[in-house]
Amino acid sequence: MLRKRMARIIFGMLFGAFAMSLPTFSDVNQWGQLTIFLGAYVIAGGDVLLRAFRNIFRGQVLDENFLMSIATIGAFVVGEYLEGVAVMIFYQIGELFQDYAVGKSRASISDLMDIRPDYANVKRGDGILKVDPYEVELGETIVIRPGERVPLDGVVIDGHSMLDTSALTGESVPRDIEPGSEVLSGCINTNGLLTVTVTKNFEESTVSKILDMVENASSKKAKAENFITKFAKYYTPIVVISAVLLAVIPPMVLGIGDGAIWMDWVTRALSFLVISCPCALVISVPLGFFGGIGGASRVGVLVKGSNYLEAMAKTEIVVFDKTGTLTKGTFSVTNIQPSEGMEPQALLDLAAHAESNSSHPISLSLQKAYGKVINPQRVGRVEEVAGHGVKAQVDGKTVLAGNAKLMEQAGIPYTKSNATGTLVYVAVDGVYAGYLVISDEIKPDSSQAVADLKKSGIRKTVMLTGDNRHTAELVAKQLRLDQVYAELLPVDKVERMEELLKEKSPKGKLIFVGDGINDAPVLARADIGVAMGGLGSDAAIEAADIVIMTDEPSKLATVMRISKKTLAIVTQNIVFAMGIKIVTLVLGAFGIANLWIAVFADVGVAILAILNSIRALRYKGE
Amino acid sequence: MKKTFILENLDCANCAAKLERSLNKMDGVEAVVTFMTKKMVLEAEENRMEEAVSEAQRIIKKLEPQVVVKARGR
Repeated sequence: MLRKRMARIIFGMLFGAFAMSLPTFSDVNQWGQLTIFLGAYVIAGGDVLLRAFRNIFRGQVLDENFLMSIATIGAFVVGEYLEGVAVMIFYQIGELFQDYAVGKSRASISDLMDIRPDYANVKRGDGILKVDPYEVELGETIVIRPGERVPLDGVVIDGHSMLDTSALTGESVPRDIEPGSEVLSGCINTNGLLTVTVTKNFEESTVSKILDMVENASSKKAKAENFITKFAKYYTPIVVISAVLLAVIPPMVLGIGDGAIWMDWVTRALSFLVISCPCALVISVPLGFFGGIGGASRVGVLVKGSNYLEAMAKTEIVVFDKTGTLTKGTFSVTNIQPSEGMEPQALLDLAAHAESNSSHPISLSLQKAYGKVINPQRVGRVEEVAGHGVKAQVDGKTVLAGNAKLMEQAGIPYTKSNATGTLVYVAVDGVYAGYLVISDEIKPDSSQAVADLKKSGIRKTVMLTGDNRHTAELVAKQLRLDQVYAELLPVDKVERMEELLKEKSPKGKLIFVGDGINDAPVLARADIGVAMGGLGSDAAIEAADIVIMTDEPSKLATVMRISKKTLAIVTQNIVFAMGIKIVTLVLGAFGIANLWIAVFADVGVAILAILNSIRALRYKGE
Repeated sequence: MKKTFILENLDCANCAAKLERSLNKMDGVEAVVTFMTKKMVLEAEENRMEEAVSEAQRIIKKLEPQVVVKARGR
């Protein structure tokens, strides 16, 4: 296909050059020269002529092929043979380049999305079979060798390895994987051999979901795109009608019998026909958004539609959920306060052992902080004190671990603390030993995220949370958020959201960022819903317009910068393409711009717009 | 329900826009044609889908005869 078109262009050029130089070495008459020019013309533009002819019968009069054919045939009629051939060749070169550039950017996006696993090694019977991931059933066992892509989501039953998750999250630090870890399809197993039980079939697994989302992203079109296609719909007929008027009216006024005047105005009208082609306009917008979406997915953010990327640049208010969004959503021991004569490690040791029989999040975080293996031999009788804590025998001593009420109940004098989070007071054999604080940690980049948003011109940052006022205000203060609403039930969140929506200007946008748990109604109500897609939460991926795969709130500012850059590129393209076309039309009407310039205004502009759009894909930091 | 197709040889942005306009003239069918991904998404009632697909194919054949319509495979 490509080669055939190249051949057309080259032979057309050779023939054209031959026809042009003919009079210098032979005394061929005008008709002879015309014949060779016509030959060159048909070689260069035969396919265009054919399509134009076919399309007339399909009722498509104003298509590009037709306009080009009429313009170039017109050039022949007025005696501008060379122009006729050259404009056709030029047009073909432009089209070729345009196709090439579009093909290239299509390919570079699909490279980016090249995370689809080709096969799975599944254990069946005694052997290992290499099959299509589609054919693997739930609960089957698969083997992932070093260097291979994880084909399906599952849980590791054997093996240790480092997993490269960069294709899904943009995160470059590999994750440690051990038996019991969850693995997600699309990641790459870097060094160890893993045996995995499949927990999701291929359609349901992460890689399929992500690919689906990205592939469908550009079908939600941005306003700018709808505007330009609508514009093109009227632009072409208007310019063509102007061309006809330009060819007919001035000569009738200036000298109806004067052949030279007719020739002049018809030539001017022909350049109108060339400029009336709408492709440069229409291609300038979607390509830019396509690049922007690709650029965002490179940094681990999935944008579900061009419209969201477009809207994001106009954000005024950003509303955050607290748990799981600004904080890690996992509880850990953040403070250990032993009483006099007690070592922090010893206090933790006692608390962890006393609580070792429970699977409550509090005891789990104690055990995690303890970091060593719990020795069950040291733990004797354990008694749960409902709602208060536990009473356990550890190393033969009676250990009480629980809230303040547990201490009061036992009549143990203790120092009441007003630290935020959950407090675990510990007493040993009736003597107060200190307390531990267990709380949710703020994510390391949360404060950077808020600062970046402020810097990029966001008017207001708000936090909504169901958590208690004291904790919420502390977090908000630490992150320098403008406003905080605490102790909200899910219904209250929607109400607060309604109020906030009234605060923004009519064109401004409100973004809600949540972790997708319990906040689906709020996600839906916001102008743009952003979810922490995290490795795993399906509900979030489903409900949101934008998904941050790395769970880092700071990515929000990054996407906002990509959004602004993309919008700038798209605007440049629209202004540039329309500007050049209009200027050329004016110049053409005055007889200053000839067919050559007209062809540049069509294909040249399209090519420049494409090259400009490719910049949207290359987002590098600030 | 929605159905996605790939339009091979869809090679001009304005053609895609024209195609989309014509497809949307079908009764009870919503169509989105995306030039960059060469995708066509048709949305219609379940009982109308089959009819919509063949009608869409006819329209495409008429407007852009070089385009090959492929159902989105695995």
